[in-house]
Amino acid sequence: MDLDPLVLSRIQFAFVVSFHAIFPVFTIGLASYIALIYGLAFKTNNPKWERLGAFWTQVFAVVFGMGVVSGIVMSFQFGTNWSNFALATSNFLGPILSYEVVTAFFLEAAFLGVLLFGRGKVPNGVHFFAALMVSIGTFISSFWILSANSWMQTPAGVEVRDGFYHVVDWSAAIFNDSFWYRFTHMGLASFLTGGFVVAGVSAWFILEKRDTELHRKALSMTLWLLLIIAPLQVFVGDLHGLNTLKHQPTKVAAMEGNWETQTNVPLLLFAIPDQEAQKNHFEVGIPSMASMILTHEWDGEVPGVKEMPRELQPNVPIVFWSFRVMVAMGMLMVLFAVTGLILRRKKAYARNRWFLQGLRLMSLAPFLAVLSGWFVTEVGRAPYLVYGQMTQAEALTPSLTGGMALFSLIGYITVYACVFAAGAYYLTRVIRAGTEAAEQHDDNKHRAKRPLSAAEADFD
Amino acid sequence: MSEPIFDLTYVWAAIIAFGVIMYVLMDGFDLGQGILFMLAPSEQDRDIMMNSVAPVWDGNETWLVLGGAGLLAAFPLVYSIFLPALYIGVFLLLAGLIFRGVAFEFRFKAHSSRYLWNWAFAIGSTVASFAQGAVVGAYIQGFETENMRYVGGALDWLTPFTVLTGLGLIAGYALLGATWLVMKSEGSTQQWAYRLVKPLLAAVLLIFALISVWTPFVDPFVAERWFSHITPIWLLPILALACAFWIYRSIQAKREGTPFIATMGMFIFTYLGLLASKWPYVVPPNYTLSQAASAHESQLFLLLGLLFVIPIVLVYTAWTYWVFRGKVKADQGYH
Ligand code: HDD
Ligand code: HEM
Ligand code: HEM
Repeated sequence: MDLDPLVLSRIQFAFVVSFHAIFPVFTIGLASYIALIYGLAFKTNNPKWERLGAFWTQVFAVVFGMGVVSGIVMSFQFGTNWSNFALATSNFLGPILSYEVVTAFFLEAAFLGVLLFGRGKVPNGVHFFAALMVSIGTFISSFWILSANSWMQTPAGVEVRDGFYHVVDWSAAIFNDSFWYRFTHMGLASFLTGGFVVAGVSAWFILEKRDTELHRKALSMTLWLLLIIAPLQVFVGDLHGLNTLKHQPTKVAAMEGNWETQTNVPLLLFAIPDQEAQKNHFEVGIPSMASMILTHEWDGEVPGVKEMPRELQPNVPIVFWSFRVMVAMGMLMVLFAVTGLILRRKKAYARNRWFLQGLRLMSLAPFLAVLSGWFVTEVGRAPYLVYGQMTQAEALTPSLTGGMALFSLIGYITVYACVFAAGAYYLTRVIRAGTEAAEQHDDNKHRAKRPLSAAEADFD
Repeated sequence: MSEPIFDLTYVWAAIIAFGVIMYVLMDGFDLGQGILFMLAPSEQDRDIMMNSVAPVWDGNETWLVLGGAGLLAAFPLVYSIFLPALYIGVFLLLAGLIFRGVAFEFRFKAHSSRYLWNWAFAIGSTVASFAQGAVVGAYIQGFETENMRYVGGALDWLTPFTVLTGLGLIAGYALLGATWLVMKSEGSTQQWAYRLVKPLLAAVLLIFALISVWTPFVDPFVAERWFSHITPIWLLPILALACAFWIYRSIQAKREGTPFIATMGMFIFTYLGLLASKWPYVVPPNYTLSQAASAHESQLFLLLGLLFVIPIVLVYTAWTYWVFRGKVKADQGYH
């Protein structure tokens, strides 16, 4: 195999962005949770909320720190590997990404310091306010970046002159056709991530019989939240899919594994899509169900992948299976949220070992769902980068050679592996140290204003 | 690339130029701590060095991100030619910054593995500084472009000249770091920092002299600009040298804050001299500022927002500094 800079750049981009994505979804959800806890602490003056807040703030500090370092890499990727894309779309993406920096990143950075190190230095109300500002910052950040990404999926408000996109209508470009769906779906995904991680960690503490009362309380609260947002996510996901059907029918066809445009399309539970033969093997499905979901009629017509010539088709197996993983995780989440409701009687949810063990495992589910969701979105858009207008091949940096791309790919994998193994190790240390440790170190004066330094557990 | 009623290109050039020097000065002194890190006599000195920059390091990183995004917004051609041309260098820069960033965080928690994080911090900072210096050299050298695309090779940027500019910036950042430490520390750490300044100043002057002599040979345009006639820009190197002398004097007199200020002055005048050498070319030798600029509507759209947002950003940033006012003392180490 010779070194194709395009393939290598795609792998590299998928690797670094997936890596980055893990951290924001968690920080966005957790920031809101922390703001909520400090809000309760402020209102009730109950020290147990302070303790819980301090514990999760430590976890937050580590995850946020890793989000920042991996994010900085992202902002240079566009230029290093996709310079033709960067140049052509700069009139839109440049201002959008700059707005993200000035409206979100500075806000997060400034109030993060007060959130992490301000306890005791500022009044409790102000500390709560800082927590709130950080969480708002994370949402502003996702607003801009998802606008940029949605625009690449459903470009609007621009015209092309001499190979450059020129913005003719800013609000049409920013609030493009898929933006609100993506923003809502991603926002809920972040809450689900925060929620399931908190639930999983609380369940672990309960199983370990440590600080049980506090974690039972936290678990109960979180289960109520999940009961609302898990089903809501399924509903929003459905709307998102219907919208995609309108704008990117081929992507939906790939998600459904539907090759021919036809009526009475079954909902496939299992299949092995074969891109070469342009058909599926071993199909197992519910008759006419996909037609029903997508068109609300049993005999509704659903577009097929073959509408597009072979070279304009996305990789069907990846899209098909990623979509199934995401939906399966979504359904599992609903299942756990509802089970939590059933176990409400006599607080059985805090005693049932099966349920608690299950919750521990479920803390990985949102990450799986988020990554596979992005794989559906991004691989399903292939071979386009700006949907219908610019392909990945056109976007590639012209001077990039296979050797350069291989060098940086191996480099990033090595650097990330070292650094993030250390980070993950450290995170488990923080969690093991538990809420009890968070209480002992209430005096913050001796520490500097750095994210990870807020965490108290020792490294080794 | 468009026909505006009034041209914002120069406003944006000023904003970006300001952003770059802000980044260089701010990240410069904390990269400097990393460069000098392994030379420090004791582990306690290292604690103090790290503590002295820990509170400000966070914000500096955001300036770099703003630099990247701002370039994409205002001068996309610079963004889309520099990054491909410096592909390997950019990777080294980012890898250096990552290692250095996490070393900041983990070093204080580590006991038996502490020496590893010490080296990660030192090497990460040095590599990142070298890469930045090499970028400056590559900018002076110019880029091989065709039809708004970079067409040169992967290692064109790495020449004896850019190695020299890379070393020059390492020395420069080390000087900034040493004078910063003079200001921020006391006792034996400060004495050590005082001793560093003169040799570092000598190294910086030597390398800068070499670069100044070499540059006109690298680029005839620069030679023409500086030597064809008497020009007011001759003042810039004179002022930079005056600052160097000021550093020397203030070290002799054992001043605490002045050496740092004087070093910043030296950086600023050198930087202005560099800008004057190349003006108005941003992607030498082919593209000027206006050729590299983005569409007028985009420049305007962002500028209007900035006018509104930046004051707010400054207010709350100042507020957080006020919350954390006061010195970090030697005995306030981490556990
Ligand atoms: C939905 C949310 C989301 C998505 C899709 C992305 N990010 Fe992100 N990013 C965030 C949400 C976020 C955040 C929540 O704001 C972070 C995470 C942790 C943090 O420190 O801030 C962040 C950090 C972060 C930083 C560091 C900020 C700092 O210095 O404080 C940069 C430069 C980027 N991101 C850039 C990107 C780019 C170029 C992306 C696209 C390819 C991207 N992010 C996807
Ligand atoms: C943060 C969550 C995200 C994840 C997990 C993600 C994942 C991916 C994946 C897996 C690919 C590879 C597709 C393929 O090669 O077929 C890809 C491509 C791409 N995505 Fe995303 N993406 C995310 C967000 C974004 C955002 C916010 C943007 C832009 C603002 C973006 C821009 C791109 C670009 C430019 C490519 C082209 C490179 C390529 O095709 O591999 N992505 N992404
Ligand atoms: C079970 C019901 C769900 C359905 C029907 C659903 C539907 C969809 C669809 C159709 C897309 C692709 C949209 C496009 O590319 O145009 C998508 C993307 C995505 N999904 Fe889901 N989803 C579900 C559950 C979840 C869950 C539980 C999570 C995470 C906790 C999640 C996270 C994501 C993410 C991060 C993306 C990529 C970003 C985006 O395009 O919005 N989804 N989802």
